Amino acid sequence: MNRKPMATPLTQNITPHREPPDLKQYAQAGGYQGLQRAIKTLTPQEVLQEVKESNLRGRGGAGFPTGLKWSFVPRGDDAPRPKYLIANADEMEPGTFKDRLLMEGDPHQLLEGMILASYAIQAEVAYIFLRAEYWLAAQRLKKAIAEAYQVNYLGKNLLGSTFSLELHLHTSAGRYICGEETALLNALEGKRAIPRAKPPYPQVSGLWGQPTVVNNVETLCNVPHIIARGAAWYQNLSRSEDGGTKIYGASGRVKHPGAWELPMGTPIREILEEHAGGMKDGFQLRGFLPGGASTDFLTEEHLEVPMDYDSVQAAGSRLGTGSLIILDDRTCPVDMVRNLEHFFAQESCGWCTPCRDGLPWVEKILLGIEQGQGQPEDLEYLMMHTRLLGPGHTFCAHAPGAMEPLQSALKYFKTDFEQHIHQQRCPFK
Amino acid sequence: MLSTEEIKAIDAERAHYPTAQAVGIEAMKIVQHHRGWVSDESLREIAEYLGLSVESLDGAATFYNLIFRRPVGKHVILICDSVSCWIMGYEQLREQLQTELKIGLGETTQDGRFTLLPSCCLGACERAPVMVVDQDLHGDLDSEKIGEILAGYE
Repeated sequence: MNRKPMATPLTQNITPHREPPDLKQYAQAGGYQGLQRAIKTLTPQEVLQEVKESNLRGRGGAGFPTGLKWSFVPRGDDAPRPKYLIANADEMEPGTFKDRLLMEGDPHQLLEGMILASYAIQAEVAYIFLRAEYWLAAQRLKKAIAEAYQVNYLGKNLLGSTFSLELHLHTSAGRYICGEETALLNALEGKRAIPRAKPPYPQVSGLWGQPTVVNNVETLCNVPHIIARGAAWYQNLSRSEDGGTKIYGASGRVKHPGAWELPMGTPIREILEEHAGGMKDGFQLRGFLPGGASTDFLTEEHLEVPMDYDSVQAAGSRLGTGSLIILDDRTCPVDMVRNLEHFFAQESCGWCTPCRDGLPWVEKILLGIEQGQGQPEDLEYLMMHTRLLGPGHTFCAHAPGAMEPLQSALKYFKTDFEQHIHQQRCPFK
Repeated sequence: MLSTEEIKAIDAERAHYPTAQAVGIEAMKIVQHHRGWVSDESLREIAEYLGLSVESLDGAATFYNLIFRRPVGKHVILICDSVSCWIMGYEQLREQLQTELKIGLGETTQDGRFTLLPSCCLGACERAPVMVVDQDLHGDLDSEKIGEILAGYE
């Protein structure tokens, strides 16, 4: 495959450990040109169309086409008002830290993306739903919001147009489930963050029953570049069918854990070996979660897989957030899955029974196996849970997500589970 | 009674939302910021001020990880127990903290200086293992750094 010339629109202004660009610096680097162009020369429908053509897919994990999502919002004079746009900045997926990088490093980019998205769906009010522990991001976003109001990039009649937008920063009080689209709406309304039944979809009936679009931070950060430079340019950044670049991350025992903006479709081996520097000395690769805690394990045989939605899915997992979590040969896979299921059990909102009762059961079985009390039938119980807590059996995707690392661990690391049960101890300790 | 300062901050939040219920969580965070935690009495005061039922506000309070319904120490330590930190040595880190502070998870030191709480992923996996003390993120932790960091919080 031919390599495309490297371009890093999302991270071009980001310098780690430095203050982010203020409005003036952001504008000097080409920022807010997309906004100027859109407000002055494009209709909302044309902005939406450009995003559709760019083939931008949601970067929060599900990968739904962004332009298509926007198109479900009622339009025209008869549409219910107000309409809402929400930036989902509740980044709590274990192993994932890309949105933090974007918000701390270039807050105006997110704001510009939000204003453009709001313009496209004709939203009057926008919220950033930010997780509580991102204090630095909160501080920097607040400053950027104030700057944007000062120059009328926010507020009434933006840049002399008829379009007005109020934008608020909401900081959460902490729960993983708040990142789920409909649970987020309940959280923002001041309720317990339990998911809502769909349909109706939020685009039609969301926040306070009004049309609402919820987009991930990285998704929104792509929008200014698509509008400023066009869908074709954006498509061309990619090495796959999915448009644009992607911020990939790697954590675990690699030489240089971190995050890098690379063409969408960059092969896993390249991310792991060229950017993360390969495994730490003395450690071997055993497997990895390609897109955060709620994705299926892949192994060495998948290193050539391009990191794009369809390729990772074809390999049996999901691109998710594009954040690789590396399992090395000295870390017990059973214990790693136990840690993951502990997280999911703890963060279940408790709304539906399979998730509330099933996840603690899974955790208990895994703990028993890890502590040398495993029974041969435990593997059957675990397999049963991967089905009963799988897609279609629960209210939202929390439990099915929790089953992804488990089902794939039972597939790729079955001998490890069997050794634990046979030896009545953890062979890694 | 809510203080003038608390009321001022809660009123400022009201401008961002169309309903009083939506302000509830933020109001609890404001009171917690001033008083350290949200007591039954604080909860009643907030509910009354916003015109919400105590039960619905408590329902939200008990759902979210960072609304404290019991007193906490002067400094709150959130230690990340999620997968990347776990791979990179979370368990040793937790044991060391527990030994040095002589407390378990969810507990406060005798002198009231620290409360130790587990936290799911703090979004700093490239610096694992990590913890947050008050609002400061500390990454790439090892046993040597812990003592120094704790000493920095009087």
